[in-house]
Amino acid sequence: MLDIKITIIDREGEAHLVDAPTDMNMNLMEVCKMHELPVQGTCGGMAMCASCHFYSLSHTDHFPEKSYDEEDMLDQAFFVQENSRLGCQIPITKELNGLEIKLAPESM
Amino acid sequence: MIKTDILIIGAGPTGLFTVFEAGLLKLKCHLIDALPIAGGQCSEIYPKKPIYDIPGFPEVLAGDLVRNLMEQIKPFSPGFTLGERAETLEKLEDGNFLVTTSKGTQHQAPVVVIAGGLGSFEPRKPPIANIDKYEDKGVAYIIKEPEIYRNKRIVISGGGDSALDWAIYLAEIAKEVSLVHRRNDFRGALDSVEKIEELSKSGKINLITRAEVVDLKGENELEAVVIRHNGDDSVDGIKPTDFFIPLFGLSPKLGPIGDWGLEIEKNAIKVNNAYDYQTNIPGIYAIGDVNTYPGKLKLILCGFHEAAIMCQSAYQRIFPEKKYVMKYTTVSGISGFDGTRKEARKEIIKSIN
Repeated sequence: MLDIKITIIDREGEAHLVDAPTDMNMNLMEVCKMHELPVQGTCGGMAMCASCHFYSLSHTDHFPEKSYDEEDMLDQAFFVQENSRLGCQIPITKELNGLEIKLAPESM
Repeated sequence: MIKTDILIIGAGPTGLFTVFEAGLLKLKCHLIDALPIAGGQCSEIYPKKPIYDIPGFPEVLAGDLVRNLMEQIKPFSPGFTLGERAETLEKLEDGNFLVTTSKGTQHQAPVVVIAGGLGSFEPRKPPIANIDKYEDKGVAYIIKEPEIYRNKRIVISGGGDSALDWAIYLAEIAKEVSLVHRRNDFRGALDSVEKIEELSKSGKINLITRAEVVDLKGENELEAVVIRHNGDDSVDGIKPTDFFIPLFGLSPKLGPIGDWGLEIEKNAIKVNNAYDYQTNIPGIYAIGDVNTYPGKLKLILCGFHEAAIMCQSAYQRIFPEKKYVMKYTTVSGISGFDGTRKEARKEIIKSIN
């Protein structure tokens, strides 16, 4: 069993329980796109657009540390909170099973 | 009026390589780009990042790829309209297209190629409800003429390089400069951060950290900004100012191209991938990251391929009576419009007596 379950709450507040593969070198942004959730992923995963900005509601301890690029982008993004991260910087690992996240509002 | 054979909108890698493929067919190109330099995302967003999937280059920095492309297309003398955004497209009676930029520059060509990538890069606007009302009435997202800020009060927000650089520059000429940043630490170049610290200590910059501008005040023009500290709305401060300049980087928007009557799907232009990457408007093609079709991959190498195919179709469109036979550059070499000629070195046959 290589899939884990993740709950993604969209911008309208609706929760989506989705499968995420741990063996395909995927990140959270790509999982959202795979399930056609409203995440643009404009920059393709380089931490340069913040279109995959989300709030983590669990499992924060299992996330990797923020890289300089991610910190830098979150610095310029809007609606940033303590639990803000960029989906493209979070690899899908089995430790994240049961993760809950909420998509941040889209900026103009 | 600029006239050319193929008018390319977007000077990223795909747009640049189109000049080469068109040049082999003796078609001239002109490029329009909203950014002041060629290279698109590769120059603006990630010039120092390595790319590993350009065929023949195990590793190449995005900035170097652009430099190489510029070198490769030089013999075909492309024209450039940079720092201007393509705004309107009009089909003329003679079948040509007329494209006018944000600065009013007019371009005419029988073929238009949209190689617009993610769109044009525009400043990110902070989510302040009434910000639109004060645009050009005290709110500016780009600093065009620094002189208008002489002896004025200015509030800059943001913590990146451009916020720091402009705060330092304006501290010299403005009456008062405040720099509002959400965090305590700044992520700009070390020199700039040190300089800001120095200016703050000497009272030349009013540094307001762990704070955000959340509201704007003023009758017809901007008169003050509301600054919220640390997300605590009980202690909002009102700061009178002449200008508010939010500097939060750039983000791409499809922009006016979206209103040209092209079929759009999920922010991309639909094209015919069974043949030539033409859009629903004959004579207008879309290639590279800006287009979409079943199985589309947003890769630079796919953009290059699309450019080559598209140029063949454009040739047939411009010269319907001619039949073109594809030639390899290894066989035919390259004859530039600038008079240069590149070709394989001829083997010398010489008998040794």
